[in-house]
Amino acid sequence: MIEKIVVLEVVLPLLAAPVCVLVRNPRLCRLLSLGVVAICFAIAAAALLEVRGGGVISYQLGGWLPPLGIEYRVSTVNAYLLALVTAMALVVFSFDSRGGPPRVPEQRRHLYYAVFLLCISGLLGIAITGDAFNIFVFLEISSLSSYILVSLGGHRRAVLSAFYYLVMGTIGGVFFMLGVGLLYQATGTLNLRDIAARLEPSLDDRGTVLALALLVVGISIKLAVFPLHHWLPDAYSFAPPKVSAFLAATATKVSFYLLAMILFTIFGAAFVFEELRLQAVLLPLSILAMFLASGAAIFQTDLRRLLAYSSVAQIGYMTLGLSTANVTGLAGGLVHLFNHAVMKGGLFLVVACLLYRVGSVHIDALAGIGRRMPLTAAALVIGGLSLIGVPGTVGFVSKWYLVSGVLERGWTAAAVLILLSSLLALVYVGKVVEVVYFRKPAETQPIDHVREAPLGMLAPAWVLAVAAIFFGLTTNWTYGVAREAAELLLAGGI
Amino acid sequence: MSSIQSLSGLWAYWLIIALMMVGLYIVIARDNLIKKVMGLNIFQAAAILFYVTMAKVTGGTAPIVPHDPAHPGGHGEHEILYSNPLPHVLMLTAIVVGVATTALALALAVRIHGDYGTAEEDEAVIYDMEHT
Repeated sequence: MIEKIVVLEVVLPLLAAPVCVLVRNPRLCRLLSLGVVAICFAIAAAALLEVRGGGVISYQLGGWLPPLGIEYRVSTVNAYLLALVTAMALVVFSFDSRGGPPRVPEQRRHLYYAVFLLCISGLLGIAITGDAFNIFVFLEISSLSSYILVSLGGHRRAVLSAFYYLVMGTIGGVFFMLGVGLLYQATGTLNLRDIAARLEPSLDDRGTVLALALLVVGISIKLAVFPLHHWLPDAYSFAPPKVSAFLAATATKVSFYLLAMILFTIFGAAFVFEELRLQAVLLPLSILAMFLASGAAIFQTDLRRLLAYSSVAQIGYMTLGLSTANVTGLAGGLVHLFNHAVMKGGLFLVVACLLYRVGSVHIDALAGIGRRMPLTAAALVIGGLSLIGVPGTVGFVSKWYLVSGVLERGWTAAAVLILLSSLLALVYVGKVVEVVYFRKPAETQPIDHVREAPLGMLAPAWVLAVAAIFFGLTTNWTYGVAREAAELLLAGGI
Repeated sequence: MSSIQSLSGLWAYWLIIALMMVGLYIVIARDNLIKKVMGLNIFQAAAILFYVTMAKVTGGTAPIVPHDPAHPGGHGEHEILYSNPLPHVLMLTAIVVGVATTALALALAVRIHGDYGTAEEDEAVIYDMEHT
């Protein structure tokens, strides 16, 4: 049964999007998209339960057998990603943003839901498909719709940021396409497992090395790996807050999966990390991201921008886990996908609450807001503590396994640097907490009229805040699945 | 392989690389948003040409099985060499993606022009610094 319905993960949102365009009623569209996302989450959860312990679900589109036909293939790695994306989509969709994005008039809001559904469909498609060119198509579906979503932000800079994002994203997409082309040239197939089986990567084969280079750079642009991250702070800080929450929690996570899958499954850890020694590039870039982006976050005066820079730093932790190429480190990176999604998604939803009540998330406008909006501010503190990595929160779990993985590899200096970079997180989180709780509001900006955020906004933010603590205390599910996924990836499977 | 041989034997690839770099250079060097979009288009076209080049088989013809009354459904007496149709088909999708990207980029450029009164990136940035 389950092997027949996994295809609905992609098909349902893809079909619901045009239905939204036809229905034209924003309230109905919101219910429809919420329902679709809930069903997708149920399917992803069922698939995850089914494949845990080494199972695989394979679905052949149109009945054409792989490697000629397109295959949707769900193993622990993909199921983990599917569950993550759909869970985050469910929480973000249940957030009641009271009127949608500012730039979209009421009579056009159904289109906003349609684009959101397309974006989800693209992200789920990347995670589920077993065909290289199919990945490119889904990558572009999700990217094109996220450019649109970013451009809907209230400030005029949103459109300019979306344009930058589009330029960078398209360059990344074309690089990916070229890389897939070179792989096709080398192996004559597009099925991922078939490519992996036929490809014999060696340093003498320039075509293969070029393919690897193009794929890694292309995906790194979409993932916002440190020197290629320039589009991210602008895009996340000017997008509508709900969109920032969704993209921060899912889009970069799917790109990370793609990078890990290309490196470990297609090219193999032995070639990438022993012959080519990619970690010589990836490790310094990760550490630079941790320090420079966290350092930049300290000096931001806009809460959204601060969180966006912090995202770049957190992506550094993930790629650091990738470059260890051992089970503990990679599992640390993979579990950080979920953990970071929970905390950053929650924080961006808190930002949405603050924007709704206060009207600005400039650091000066938030002075003393902790007394007026105690529940929102408490969720902000929990998310902030997670970012630092305080024990008892999800951030600690990720860092624990990352440091263990790095030490297993014998990189003591890198382990020390991870801990030091956490101090920078302490500084930028501390700055926000100090302003929110202890600073007196400026007389020019009275906050007496500010009330607690409405329940429809507060509840989703708190679901993620509670999850940040719950999964910080019980790691059976998150780390258990991530470790299984890491073992599978290192063995070259998907 | 000597450099002259690689230049003559792989000339199509050299052309594609040159085209690609022209596109990328325009995207980086030009401030005008419309020109940036055109640069992106050239860049994408180079990638599409790469796929088409790789599918070409020397002496190959379009992959359509000719009708031969003597051998219904067969090739007839002689083997026919076909070009590889798969990369061509893939490029149909890539062209659609390219058109969608261009349309969206132009729509955003129109919005930027409406908000800033200019389609020059540097002028828009200056405008933002002056009107915060």
